[in-house]
Amino acid sequence: MLRYIGRRLLEAIPVMFVIITGTFFMQRFVPGGPFTAEKAVTPEVERNLLAYYHLNDPLWKQYADYLWDLTPKRFHPFALTQGFDLKEAFGIDFRPSFKYPNRTVNEIIADKLPVSLELGVLSLGVALAVGLPLGVLAAVKRNSWIDYVCSSVAMTGICVPTFVLGPLLVLAFAIHLGWFNASGWYGPIDRVLPSLTLGSVYAAYIARLTRGGFLEVLHQDYIRTARAKGASEARVIFRHALRGGLLPVVSFLGPAVAGILTGSFVIETIFQIPGLGREFVNSAFNRDYTLILGTVILYAGFIIALNLVVDVVQVWMNPKLKFE
Amino acid sequence: MSDPRFFHPIRLLPAVLLLPFLVAGCGRRPAAEAGGAPARQILRMGNSAEPQDLDPQNIQGVPELNISMALFDTLVEMDPHDLHPVPGQAESWTISPDGLTYTFHLRPGLRWSDGEPLTADDFVQSYRRILTPAFAAEYAYLFTSFVRGAKEYNDGTLTDFSQVGIHAPDPRTLVVSLKQPTPFLLKIIACDYVWDAVPVKTIARFGPIDQKGSHWTRAGNLVASGPFLLKEWTPNKRIVVTRNPYYWDAARVKLDSIEFYPIDDQNVEERMFRTGQLDVTYDFLPNKIDTYRRDHPEELRIDAWLGIYYYNINVTKPPFTDARVRRAFALAIDRDELVKDVMRGGQTPAYAVSYPGVSGYAPRAHLTGGIAEARQLLAEAGYPEGRGLPPIELLYNPNQEYNRSVAEAIQAMWRKNLGAAVTLTSQEWKVYLDSMQTGHYQIARAGWIADYPDPNVFLEIYETGNGNNYTKWSNAEYDRLLHEALHAPDEAARYECYQKMDAILVRECPVIPLFYYTKTYALSPRVQGWWPTLLDQHPYKYVSLKN
Repeated sequence: MLRYIGRRLLEAIPVMFVIITGTFFMQRFVPGGPFTAEKAVTPEVERNLLAYYHLNDPLWKQYADYLWDLTPKRFHPFALTQGFDLKEAFGIDFRPSFKYPNRTVNEIIADKLPVSLELGVLSLGVALAVGLPLGVLAAVKRNSWIDYVCSSVAMTGICVPTFVLGPLLVLAFAIHLGWFNASGWYGPIDRVLPSLTLGSVYAAYIARLTRGGFLEVLHQDYIRTARAKGASEARVIFRHALRGGLLPVVSFLGPAVAGILTGSFVIETIFQIPGLGREFVNSAFNRDYTLILGTVILYAGFIIALNLVVDVVQVWMNPKLKFE
Repeated sequence: MSDPRFFHPIRLLPAVLLLPFLVAGCGRRPAAEAGGAPARQILRMGNSAEPQDLDPQNIQGVPELNISMALFDTLVEMDPHDLHPVPGQAESWTISPDGLTYTFHLRPGLRWSDGEPLTADDFVQSYRRILTPAFAAEYAYLFTSFVRGAKEYNDGTLTDFSQVGIHAPDPRTLVVSLKQPTPFLLKIIACDYVWDAVPVKTIARFGPIDQKGSHWTRAGNLVASGPFLLKEWTPNKRIVVTRNPYYWDAARVKLDSIEFYPIDDQNVEERMFRTGQLDVTYDFLPNKIDTYRRDHPEELRIDAWLGIYYYNINVTKPPFTDARVRRAFALAIDRDELVKDVMRGGQTPAYAVSYPGVSGYAPRAHLTGGIAEARQLLAEAGYPEGRGLPPIELLYNPNQEYNRSVAEAIQAMWRKNLGAAVTLTSQEWKVYLDSMQTGHYQIARAGWIADYPDPNVFLEIYETGNGNNYTKWSNAEYDRLLHEALHAPDEAARYECYQKMDAILVRECPVIPLFYYTKTYALSPRVQGWWPTLLDQHPYKYVSLKN
């Protein structure tokens, strides 16, 4: 298994390289730049600005310099526990932001990622806590009114977008009932509405996938055998069916967790959460070249890592699969 | 592999399921943020966007200005009632008869918020910093356009700063020498933070002073000169400023602190205002104006705002090379309808470029003539009833919903009144700016908010070669008048030049003025002393809260 993981990690290097190269050049060919503003700068000032940010170097040189800054130069993973600074830990320098010259991209990621992680973990918790029982219940009570209720709830969750559900929850619980702040990220109570909103969409998907996975498993021979041997219904579901029934959910969770952990632009905007999702999207609007690259690289890293985790977990859960 | 039965993912499920409730369930709303009736005077403001930086020499936007006004004091202030310059850090000043030398006399005992004396040399060193080429300050042009030697120093042809017209003969005297008379210089100093002194000695402790974004602007490091000092800066969350005991006019300041919230969504802002998390919003949803007018008129504010919404015309693209066509398009718009039915926020229709009533100036020029004249002009230009017109494209950016509504309304008016078929194109903000700045457009939506209250602010844009003149229009007489105005013996003569310039703009129509902006926002009735200035700047030292 270790060899498998090692090989997958090696394969990730060219993937990362293509992502970095593609992003680096694509963003430069988009009209407008970090200093394009409503009030034009004078030619002298523009010259000074380009020199200050080394944007007047040839593009290949800027690219090479940037790649060098990204190359890991040391290995102190424990430094990550003190503020998650990739420069301290691995010598990876994402450089200062163009839009916020006061902050480096490393610092922005270190500041914002924990917030997105917190929101992501809470939402995932909500998603699993709601989605799994709904899905299992629907599958076990297939074609009964319980199934129809559970499936309708899941379908509604998929169809109602977060930018509708979020403001509705705010309207009900913050404005009319006054239980919560309308927006903000101060005390623990401010986590409730955003986690519910973001979690509900994923809960809906998880419910549908769980139902599908379970229906397939419940027709297998080994389940019939278990029943024939007189196992109780609870034992059949939790001891025998759960492992196989959850496989589709696990493969869904890989990319979903990457997305959920690196932040959600919509949720972060609706609830004014200082997370990474807003930086991700706004950096593109601001043409903040270094921040675009930093967030893209981070997101890509998460997806690659979580896909690997999913593959390992699937082999672990499904005896039919092997590492190859 | 370890025993799968022991460390099986399914066994972890209950823990995962319970996690959100364990973390989220145990919280209570902290008292300070409950939005109840705080005993302390805390003003909570919506402030649109996360500021780029808090260094007054390295910022440009309005959110930055709002915070900068709290932290950094100005040499000269604006009277909040009529915007005339009144003493700030300078207790008095003299202007030489030729209008080229300004001598400012600083108040005795001025101090930075760390207790260090604030002297005239701080201003000299600050201005030297903003003009240093390596520092690459975007707003350096607010010096280079007027101050003797500043342009040369900023582009590197002059390296000796003592040749630049900025001197401090003694710790309380600052002398600024100009290359040409600039009758509105005091207004610029009062309204534009680039003329504020920055704590150069503190900045030097955090790195080279010509380096952007060193850590001197972080909370704990920043040394202020204004009514407040920086207490907290959490990006994308909030910025908190508290009272500065060293501020020269500290006795007048009533607020204990101001909290700035970077909220970029008007819906969110309005909800936070409704739940009492904000006392004043930055912006307001146009579609909520009617509801507030009906249900909460005491919370809705619609202030006149020194800005104009207009269309730029690229005069190098046919058919707009012909001034008659430009004027025909400008005349064929019903501005009353636009303001009443589309904008609905109390805006004033604009029939000239200059804002009526700014600093006692009102343009006599007026886009009169109406649709009959518009049709006749178009026919004279060879396009009777719009026949033979080449394809025309109107460019706008979708950042504000009303840009599209206005464009659609005008598209319909041009079709109805002139027979002209115009297509609408929407481009993302920076793409739109790039198209406009590189001249890849025919007609483009634009807006301009004045930096300082003077007619010059709108008129100088259309000077030949001005970096913001995206129309490519050029008129020798217009350029001459702009220059003549600066040398005019008195304000009446200066304003007479502006009258002639406004008349040229209305005749030649490189731009189509549409309406003058209003600033719409929600303001809690608790807030007192919030002066409605034309520039949407509200000096915080007059503001207080009624509990």
